[in-house]
Amino acid sequence: MSTPVLRVEGLHRAYGRGPTRFEALKGVDVEVRAGESLAIVGKSGSGKSTLMHLLALLDRPTSGSVELNGLPADRLRGRELNRVRNQTFGFVFQQFFLTPSATVLENVILPLKIAGVGRGERKRRGMAVLEQLGLADKAKNKAIDLSGGQKQRVVIARALVNDPQVIFADEPTGNLDTTTGAAVEDLLFGLNRERGITLVVVTHDEELASRCDRRITVRDGRIEASATAPTAAATAAAPGEPGRPTEGVAA
Amino acid sequence: MTPADVVGSAVANTFRSKTRTILTVLAIFIGAFTLTITTGLGTGINRYIDQTVAEIGAEDVMTVAHQAEETTDDGPREYDPDAVTASGLGADGPGGGGTIDPITDDDLVTIAAIDGVESVEPLKQVSVDYIQHDDGTRYEVSVGSFIPGMELVLASGEQPDPDAAAAQVAIPVDFVEPLGFDSQADALGSEVAFGVADATGVEHVVTVEVVGVSEAGLIGTGNSVSPNTALTDELYAAQATGAIGQTDLYGSAVVTFDPELGETATQALKDDLDEAGFTATTVEDQIGAFQSVIDGIVLVLNAFAVIALLAAGFGIVNTLLMSVQERTREIGLMKAMGMGSGRVFGLFSTEATFIGFLGSAVGVVLGMVAGTAVGDALATTMFADLPGLTLIAFDPTSVASIIVLVMAIAFLAGTIPAGRAARQDPIESLRYE
Repeated sequence: MSTPVLRVEGLHRAYGRGPTRFEALKGVDVEVRAGESLAIVGKSGSGKSTLMHLLALLDRPTSGSVELNGLPADRLRGRELNRVRNQTFGFVFQQFFLTPSATVLENVILPLKIAGVGRGERKRRGMAVLEQLGLADKAKNKAIDLSGGQKQRVVIARALVNDPQVIFADEPTGNLDTTTGAAVEDLLFGLNRERGITLVVVTHDEELASRCDRRITVRDGRIEASATAPTAAATAAAPGEPGRPTEGVAA
Repeated sequence: MTPADVVGSAVANTFRSKTRTILTVLAIFIGAFTLTITTGLGTGINRYIDQTVAEIGAEDVMTVAHQAEETTDDGPREYDPDAVTASGLGADGPGGGGTIDPITDDDLVTIAAIDGVESVEPLKQVSVDYIQHDDGTRYEVSVGSFIPGMELVLASGEQPDPDAAAAQVAIPVDFVEPLGFDSQADALGSEVAFGVADATGVEHVVTVEVVGVSEAGLIGTGNSVSPNTALTDELYAAQATGAIGQTDLYGSAVVTFDPELGETATQALKDDLDEAGFTATTVEDQIGAFQSVIDGIVLVLNAFAVIALLAAGFGIVNTLLMSVQERTREIGLMKAMGMGSGRVFGLFSTEATFIGFLGSAVGVVLGMVAGTAVGDALATTMFADLPGLTLIAFDPTSVASIIVLVMAIAFLAGTIPAGRAARQDPIESLRYE
């Protein structure tokens, strides 16, 4: 089996000290394989968000190791860490986190701007990804004028624009009604299937979790269960090759 | 993020909350506007003084007098029948007054022997009782000390010729009508009479031709008549008739030197005179005293403007802290996407600097417009009798330095909120509701 994209071992994360010390994670081992879709489920306060933050290198563990593509992540510092975050990961949040007064295109190209990509190149790549998601006609609209489903598609476009290896989705459908939620799910799984982008979904939505190749359940800072979804067993055993040519994405 | 993108984003962010930005810019505007006006005042007045110095033009002379005796703590001063009142270049000039030892003919010899002194002339002080034209009304008037090389600001006519054998005089413009002349042209070439009382109280009348009409200046001739050397001598002789003792005593002497030799040579000459027991004052020194008073006043006014700017600086801190608070999640997102703390700091401090730039640019431009308008209005009304005085003037360096100063203050104010934004933890920021 190839090197996992992300691997964590013996992960502990504690907040505070003394009597108020609280352990959010109490020894977690997880492997995220390239090209799979992984659901991290659990009740609120179970530590699933903390786990996601550690996987996304936004946080450092109290103890334990995080490896990115087989290399220990705690060696990454400052500029290099920022570059890895910028180029390896994409984020989709429940609350969207769009800048309301900025246009759709400006929101989408934010990661490219941070990466220091030139103006023309930014626009070209931003428009290309909006085209793929069927939002090209909304490029000049203000983000605040969009519907919930459109907003989440813009967020996905923003996560995609840097061509990331892994997309982290934190309750991606939490703020959407069933129909639009389903459309957003289709979009994410389509990207996973057709472009080989690894998908890590944090959710407490059973239905969403069941669509993932694999799920881990976090309870009280420990992994309670790890299961492979029956429908996705075949793909999980032989994950799609990353970087496979795109054949168009379902919107 | 490239530096150009940081600036672009900061500028765009400035206009995101328009009302708040406008109010902050307004606060800075008030400070910058005030600073522009006060600085303009300093520039305008000093420029006028410089012009006046140029018009006086007597750069190669210095007034020399005996050093004033130490009077402090000495108790009452003993009466000295030979003491005279010293005066500077002009009747209205600063630094006059005080009783000092007179300059004697011996002193003149001593001064002439000092290295660097080209020539020395006693400064004859004359006072007349009245001026009169054609048996008309008699007016009180003071007689200025016309130093060779000095140039009057003339309304009409010519400068009195110091080398002319005949007595000549320039009268102030204010005297033209009261003396009974129809116009300035009428006055030129006419004769006026001076009444001089000699030491024994006998009245002498000296008649002289008017060659020029002088404008009132800030300093220098002012409202006194300006005689040429011949007239001064004549008046002095009339005044000294019958005097015992004081005839060969002068309040001060005028030394001619070569200003081309530079500051050091001039200073050396002053030091030599100082050693010999004399005080030497150049035209520049006298004007300099004026300028330092004006610089002092302008400095105080500027200090008030800077206080206003500091207050506006706190406005920037407040505005940007609110902005950082509002944009907490955006900052968290940018950091999660790999934006470094330095760039976040740069983004917010640039925004502060840009707000400072907006306020100062508007303040400086409107300050210049208002200052020029007020200066022009005052020049034709309040200061109409001081031709050439533009009360508020601007030079590019001081205007540019105001903008730079305000931007620096704004940047410093911006470091507080920018530092807070830079320190934010991405996870905490993303959780922030």
